[in-house]
Amino acid sequence: MTLLVSVFSAIIFTVLWYKDAPKGKMLYIVPCFLFWGASIMWFVDAIFEYIELGAEEYFSPAPADMLNDLFLGLSVTALGLIIWLAALIIKDPEGKVKTSISKRKKKK
Amino acid sequence: MACFIVPGTEAIVVTAAVAVLKAKESKAAQLNTGKNVESKLSSAVQKLTWLAGLLWGGVILLAFEHLWHGEVVPFPPFLTAMADPAETAEMLHEMMTVGVTMAVLVTLVWAAGVAVSHVIMSRKTSETAEDNA
Repeated sequence: MTLLVSVFSAIIFTVLWYKDAPKGKMLYIVPCFLFWGASIMWFVDAIFEYIELGAEEYFSPAPADMLNDLFLGLSVTALGLIIWLAALIIKDPEGKVKTSISKRKKKK
Repeated sequence: MACFIVPGTEAIVVTAAVAVLKAKESKAAQLNTGKNVESKLSSAVQKLTWLAGLLWGGVILLAFEHLWHGEVVPFPPFLTAMADPAETAEMLHEMMTVGVTMAVLVTLVWAAGVAVSHVIMSRKTSETAEDNA
């Protein structure tokens, strides 16, 4: 479930990155790297788990485990989004943060 | 248990390589060694940055997952498996199998991406040459 949530996040952000390219003003490349990197690694984890458990047990997890994995997947997505937001505000590609801060200073 | 440490180590090495290449690139620009050298260095930096991005991205989110499962703790020994020798052996085995496979697969995916970008760029160059002819 965590892998699925991560893969869907990666696909959504890749589409957004493609729409934003080549300007890259929204830094969609950051969540793309985060979610694709994690998806590849969790995919490897899934393969090893599949080998260990076998098809029957792997594809029929207990509902409690599925819920926990979904909760983890959503939490991981939230963390990825926070990292992206932080990168966007710190890099400030369009200078919007800088402009709004300087406007506030002028008002004072 | 601690499989993300292997791609994490690769991420550190790749980031260091990017830093070295960037320093070489700026040196080449200062010495005016020619645009060919500079563009080769800049292309290598860009491509290695993709690999570093993929590795760091995966490592950060997997570290969070390990924290979630209580396999990583924010105090020494940091990895809970380190407390018991039997678990340490199991952890090392997992690093050697799962961790190494993770690092290899991320690198393979990156290499495939680089190859695709190379094909796209060469196709664009030939299209531009045809248009100019």
